Amino acid sequence: MTEKIRLATIWLDGCSGCHMSFLDIDQRMLELAEKVEIVYSPLVDAKEFPENVDITLVEGALGTDEDIQKIKKIRENTRLLVAFGDCAVTANIPSMRNPFGADATLKKVYLEHESLNQQIPSEGVPALLPQALPLHQMVKVDLFVPGCPPSADTIFYTLSELIEGRVPDLTTLSRFGA
Amino acid sequence: MTNDELLALTEQERAEEEKYSHRIHICTGTGCVSSHSEKILETFQAEIKARGLEEKVKARQVGCMGLCAAGPIVSIQPDGLLYREMTPELVPAIMDSLGGEPFKDQLIDTNIPFFYRQEKNTLENAGLIDPERIEEYIAVGGYAAVVKALSEMTPAEVIQEVHTSGMRGRGGAGFKTGLKWSLVAKAAGDQKYLICNADEGDPGAFMDRSILESDPHRVLEGMVVAAYAVGASQGYIYVRAEYPLAIKRLKIAIKQAEKLGLLGQNICNTPFNFKIDLRLGAGAFVCGEETALMSSVSGNRGTPNPRPPFPAQSGINNCPTLINNVETFANIPGIITDGGKWFARIGTETSKGTKVFALTGKIKNTGLIEVPMGITLREIIYDIGGGIPDGHNLKAVQTGGPSGGCIPAEYLDATVDYESLKQLGSMMGSGGMIVIDDTSNMVDMARFFMKFSMEESCGKCIPCRVGTTMLYNLLGKFQAGQATRWDLKRLEELCDLVKNTSLCGLGQAAPNPIISTLRFFRQEYLDKLIDSEKTGETVE
Amino acid sequence: MNSNPVVRSFTIDGIQVSAAEGETILEVARQNDIEIPTLCNLEGISSTGQCRLCMVEVKGTNRLIPSCATVAEEGMEIVTSNERIDKYRRMIVELLFAERNHICAVCVANGHCDLQAMAQKLGVTHIEFDYLHPSFQVDASHPKYEVDHNRCILCGRCVRVCDEIEGAHTRDFRNRGINTLVITDFATPWGESQTCTSCGKCVHVCPTGALAEKGKSVAEMQKRRQFLPYLVMRREGAK
Repeated sequence: MTEKIRLATIWLDGCSGCHMSFLDIDQRMLELAEKVEIVYSPLVDAKEFPENVDITLVEGALGTDEDIQKIKKIRENTRLLVAFGDCAVTANIPSMRNPFGADATLKKVYLEHESLNQQIPSEGVPALLPQALPLHQMVKVDLFVPGCPPSADTIFYTLSELIEGRVPDLTTLSRFGA
Repeated sequence: MTNDELLALTEQERAEEEKYSHRIHICTGTGCVSSHSEKILETFQAEIKARGLEEKVKARQVGCMGLCAAGPIVSIQPDGLLYREMTPELVPAIMDSLGGEPFKDQLIDTNIPFFYRQEKNTLENAGLIDPERIEEYIAVGGYAAVVKALSEMTPAEVIQEVHTSGMRGRGGAGFKTGLKWSLVAKAAGDQKYLICNADEGDPGAFMDRSILESDPHRVLEGMVVAAYAVGASQGYIYVRAEYPLAIKRLKIAIKQAEKLGLLGQNICNTPFNFKIDLRLGAGAFVCGEETALMSSVSGNRGTPNPRPPFPAQSGINNCPTLINNVETFANIPGIITDGGKWFARIGTETSKGTKVFALTGKIKNTGLIEVPMGITLREIIYDIGGGIPDGHNLKAVQTGGPSGGCIPAEYLDATVDYESLKQLGSMMGSGGMIVIDDTSNMVDMARFFMKFSMEESCGKCIPCRVGTTMLYNLLGKFQAGQATRWDLKRLEELCDLVKNTSLCGLGQAAPNPIISTLRFFRQEYLDKLIDSEKTGETVE
Repeated sequence: MNSNPVVRSFTIDGIQVSAAEGETILEVARQNDIEIPTLCNLEGISSTGQCRLCMVEVKGTNRLIPSCATVAEEGMEIVTSNERIDKYRRMIVELLFAERNHICAVCVANGHCDLQAMAQKLGVTHIEFDYLHPSFQVDASHPKYEVDHNRCILCGRCVRVCDEIEGAHTRDFRNRGINTLVITDFATPWGESQTCTSCGKCVHVCPTGALAEKGKSVAEMQKRRQFLPYLVMRREGAK
């Protein structure tokens, strides 16, 4: 292999559990490191999402306007976009606010349930979307890896297959909620 | 009641009728009643009394005369004059005109295609007799079919006559009536049931209501003949509670028929017994579907069940059950008295007889019409209907209600029969015909019907329950100009799913308004895509 | 019992099978270990044909029929799976996920849910329809059980088991279309039901986490359905 696969990972509206599960592949990380270069990730230092990325694992739903900008940029610069875990695939936990809407959620959390300093934060934080959305409602997604989180084995298998240029068959390995 | 008694009653009624030099008929169908025609009837009666003409002039309530757009309608017999938009204030002027020159201001020209192009069969008595008097029905030949069938024909002969007529169900699907009857007749079991489906629910359809309001005995007569043919002893009329006038007149009609021995025990002094009860629908469209209807009649939640078993094998109380629509039964008396061949002389090779349509929408002559099968849409819309008002152009004709489709103007010369409408992606349906002009958008139209189907979905099966909601929402995206090519693809896939996997006819037919408008008016969908999607490649 | 029962021979996916009179295609398939997916059907309670997942094709026709509610006929050639059927099944499961708030990660039935397992088996990796996100109530008025309508797929199993096996008919449907709701008695809170015997059969036949025992946390609500064939056997034996 002449050039390493350029891999990026990112978490949007999620809990980082999928990234934790990714780290759970343990020593297999070394195996992976021989074949991929992690060009952008919460685990590395790059500040700007780079160009010309081969694979991006996106954890988390789209919850804010900032997430929308990020996912568009990711899509523009990624060949293979993977919805990584249930929040990215179904909007999962972030979507639990959807039946009530963003305003009611903010009021409940920051006003009704707060005894001190009641205020809805508006400065320095991105605005909530009316509904938390799964990635594919905004951009084209190439592969869906459900799971909350997907197991380390599932993640390793998925990446190994993608690196080899194959489409992983996840039917028995992952499901919603697992 | 024997034939002789029937004839005697007829003689007596006719003699009574001939006493009057003029008979004033006031329409008391729902359309005209809602513009206070009952007040007009009262005013006529009072005026006749005031002028001391009780022996010479008679004012009576009658059923629908068809030209609802001009209601309330009053007709003067035997002159055959028709007056439009009557009010109580105009009554004296009409009274003054009796025997002299007609009152020109309100006179309707009856020499127009609306009248002479129609061919009335099931509506032949509508507007001529008082629907609340069985004597008047008998005087125009009513119940002769019952007497004939019971005294001169075997059940098999009755069914044969219906076979010969080529009659097909008027409820929409067009199943051969004779075949259905013979299936129920052949089905094993001592107890059989008969149901008249009067749960007319299509938006813009009021054929059955008019028949029941104008000539309820005709339907009862058809039911008695059918019950005799298939061996049913209990009948139900499932009529929606939103038709109070039809219900009232049916109740009166059943009582009258029972009193004269035309219904109940030992009908016409034969061993044949047949009882009819009313069952009122609570307003669910799905209860027009036969299995849901039977659930409702049995006192259960009105939701459909898989077929087979078909009602003919296992219906009410798991007994063989015959279900026909109001208009189907209303066609039976003629077939028995005049013969199946007489009936089959009208229509096309595969669609016989006449069909009642409720003509609504952007058309001059809104109303109820009865036309021979095989007539063209052009004749219905431009001759009978008088064309499109306000200088607009015809865009499409919607037939078959929420289960049907839109037929574009270029197919105006298509004939109205079961096959040709189906070929055009629509259906005969029960007879609603909505005329659409160039001011309407077809996406809006499709969404209107999808809203109806979504709200009327019973919720039992998933494709219909959730699919219709998703279709409605997707069409909303088009309306808002936010749809993508991908949404268009999804729309088509979803139509395919709902059509092929829904449990009952409601769901299976629910996507038809979208499928047919996509077929003929695809550009209107494309025009509503978001700007960046209007041109460019299709989705993979 | 007829002393000379009629046996009907037909094929399912090319396998020669036979059915006693009145047996459905699904029943025969199960006897022969041929799997046909379904969410509303359960051995021991009546078939209603409402989930539409068990639709199969009769070879030579384009029409799909519900195998749970269609009696096998001599000479039928049944196809239980092909591209078209599989696509429809996936879409139906997607519609269910989009209809209410099925969030497996926080569900009591996670790992023990028929809907979740069905999605996995059919290869549904994501939902292409826009989620409806309705807002349904949880009724926790019963001392032992609770119902979360957000997780209900309206399969009617609870309604039928209560009516046909327990004989209480506590549960039924109200409203229609997308607003359909399973209710107890005349839409009274479950805890105030006059007819509920608290037997719990409904909870255990429920395919999802809609009906659950109280006190169960995420993924703890295992469904035990062994009682159903036993009770049916006792009932049949009593005849």
